[in-house]
Amino acid sequence: MDKIISDLSHHIRLNKGFFLWMGFLVLALLACTYAYILQLRYGLGVAGLRDYISWGLYISNFVFFVASSLVGMLISAVLGLIGLKWVHPITRIAETIAVAFAAVAGLVIVMDMGRPERLANVFIYARFQSPILWDVTVITTYFVISLLLLFIPMIPDMAVLHKRFGSLPSWLKPVYKTLSLNWTDHPEQNRIIHRSVYILLILIIPAALSIHTVTSWLFALTVRPGWDSTIFGPYFVSGAFVAGSAAVIIAMFVFRKSYKLQDYLTDLHFNNMGKVLVLVAFVYLYFNINEYLVPGYKLKRADAVHLSELMTGHFALMFWIVQLGGLLIPIILLLFRSMRRPLPLTLISIAVFIGAWFKRYLIVVPTMSHPFLPIQHVPENFRVYTPTLIEIAITLFSFILVLIIITLISKFFPVIPVVETARDKGLDPLKRIES
Amino acid sequence: MDENTVNNRDEQEPSKPSRRNFLKNIGLLGAGVAAGAGALYSGDIFEKKKAATGESKVLLTQDNKLVEVDSLEMRVLAKNPTKLMLEKGREGIPGKRWVMVIDLSKCRNARRCIAACQDAHQLKPEQYHMNTLQMQDSPGTAPYQMPKNCQHCDNPPCVAVCPVDATYKRGDGIVLIDNIRCIGCRFCMAACPYSARIFQWTTPKDADKHNGEAYNVELNVPQKLGTISKCLFSADRCREGKLPYCVSACPNGVYYFGDENEDAVTNGTSKETVRLSKLLRDNGAYQLMPELGTKPRVYYLPPKNRLFPFEPSTD
Repeated sequence: MDKIISDLSHHIRLNKGFFLWMGFLVLALLACTYAYILQLRYGLGVAGLRDYISWGLYISNFVFFVASSLVGMLISAVLGLIGLKWVHPITRIAETIAVAFAAVAGLVIVMDMGRPERLANVFIYARFQSPILWDVTVITTYFVISLLLLFIPMIPDMAVLHKRFGSLPSWLKPVYKTLSLNWTDHPEQNRIIHRSVYILLILIIPAALSIHTVTSWLFALTVRPGWDSTIFGPYFVSGAFVAGSAAVIIAMFVFRKSYKLQDYLTDLHFNNMGKVLVLVAFVYLYFNINEYLVPGYKLKRADAVHLSELMTGHFALMFWIVQLGGLLIPIILLLFRSMRRPLPLTLISIAVFIGAWFKRYLIVVPTMSHPFLPIQHVPENFRVYTPTLIEIAITLFSFILVLIIITLISKFFPVIPVVETARDKGLDPLKRIES
Repeated sequence: MDENTVNNRDEQEPSKPSRRNFLKNIGLLGAGVAAGAGALYSGDIFEKKKAATGESKVLLTQDNKLVEVDSLEMRVLAKNPTKLMLEKGREGIPGKRWVMVIDLSKCRNARRCIAACQDAHQLKPEQYHMNTLQMQDSPGTAPYQMPKNCQHCDNPPCVAVCPVDATYKRGDGIVLIDNIRCIGCRFCMAACPYSARIFQWTTPKDADKHNGEAYNVELNVPQKLGTISKCLFSADRCREGKLPYCVSACPNGVYYFGDENEDAVTNGTSKETVRLSKLLRDNGAYQLMPELGTKPRVYYLPPKNRLFPFEPSTD
């Protein structure tokens, strides 16, 4: 038991590596904050957005963030409720990713607003006919449930570490004590924790499906070619699982290396996550075929323009790299067991993750580039969208913030559930204290 | 008991004080006092007025009625003018259903409509409420110039998606934008199939000059950074009973504008008023992308028997 505690908690301390990494992140964040200040001062025109392509990097990034946050539900709820024991060490990583991405997604959408200081209007003049209101509602709900799913299973860990982890930094002790809510392994306490987690796991399934379905409706509820689709909900949800699973695999690899968790995040976990990734990628591939083949067969005028721009026109290079390098080739590679070992799997996941980001760009921008009526009598930058440096910096801001949140949570709390791991090995986490 | 019996009884017993008579007297006295006091009070007010006034003014109310008001009776409302105009702008002009007809056979791309519009709404040259597009429906058909503005749809997709009710549909058919409320999310732009909406990405034209001016929602000026703009069917001109800026500016008689309820539209160039239903019927009028179910309030007359040859513009 002592070994488990020390293995899973030895990283909880302030060391040089942490300060260097955080220092780097904070500096980068400040630099990107300056970009946002410029946008606040001079308006959204500092981005490459113009009247026809009025949604670009920010909205693509927003969709991507919502997508990445969805994996919390997949790992904890779907795989957890099925009763798969191997996901136990991964659940907290998945929930951390879910919380971080969901929290920052809300911020990303504010960055896209022309008048962010009027954010309160969304609540003051709330119009429930607007999908934006639905999105605000479900993302907030999902964030709260994810936060609870991160926190509640951590309560026993807080108690155990507070009592038994000798090298816990002194400034963290009161935090742990407060968060432990005086847990003493009493059967009634465990029953409450078990009950509440079970209810939350069920609640998070419709909440998670809602956030990405509603996010897809921001597009699908318009009549534009490329967005006017009935399968956008499941198309987005399945795509979200691909992006999220890849994110979890990358995080597993990083934590395993930097927090020395090789005994707990084993090749078995990577192999299984690889299987999860290939499964969801297959589902996503299926929706991709539907999304492109069905309009491609009929070639209605507006759809024809859209598809030809995607596949042979302005966006062709990005489209094929994303579809082949980010989806098809990873699927084929992941069918082989040797590709599901930690390093190759992580490399493939990085490709999938980056591909997933550009995929959102390909969903948002090409459709806006080809409205029904021709774009005429406007400057060239109205026709072709090129993200500006300021815009890219503001997008990076959101990623840095996600990294900061994940770093803080993983650094000051056990990445892998301590008590659950002990119980899975038949150990009693509080035995020595009681005797 | 009928009236006769009452009278009979009163005649029979004239001197006996009854409770009824007592109450009647009290009532009479009360009425008399009230009337006297009222007369004194109104007399006092009248005297005061007479002493202090000297002139009365004729004013136009919001619902277009002329009223005569004593200059002393007028007081400046505490409300700021922006707020007043915002409230007024939420309500359409009663009884009206504005409609526009664009005759494509007459358009030679003079673009005077655009200039007048951009001037009225403080727009930069590349910002269009009204734009003329070179259209060609299919390779075998002839190209033509098509003025295109907001279609003021009766089923407006832009209004449906607005999260804050900043863009709204009025009773008289006009779709307007409240740019004091708009949060700049641009969902309405994404939802509009006609690309009718523009956004103030950078500081609007002549922002310094118009800084501090009251915001007129029916003209959407001064334009606000980070908010939406689009054709308003010149709601301010409609209220004055005038034709929209673009309609009046056209030198070639392209535009008709009027009221669907009256079934009458007026040509902006010739000022000739014609029957709307007949104009639409006789000329095979159509709407832009009616299959989308947006129900536009702008009709197009096809480019048949054109007055001018098609000249492709360079930009």
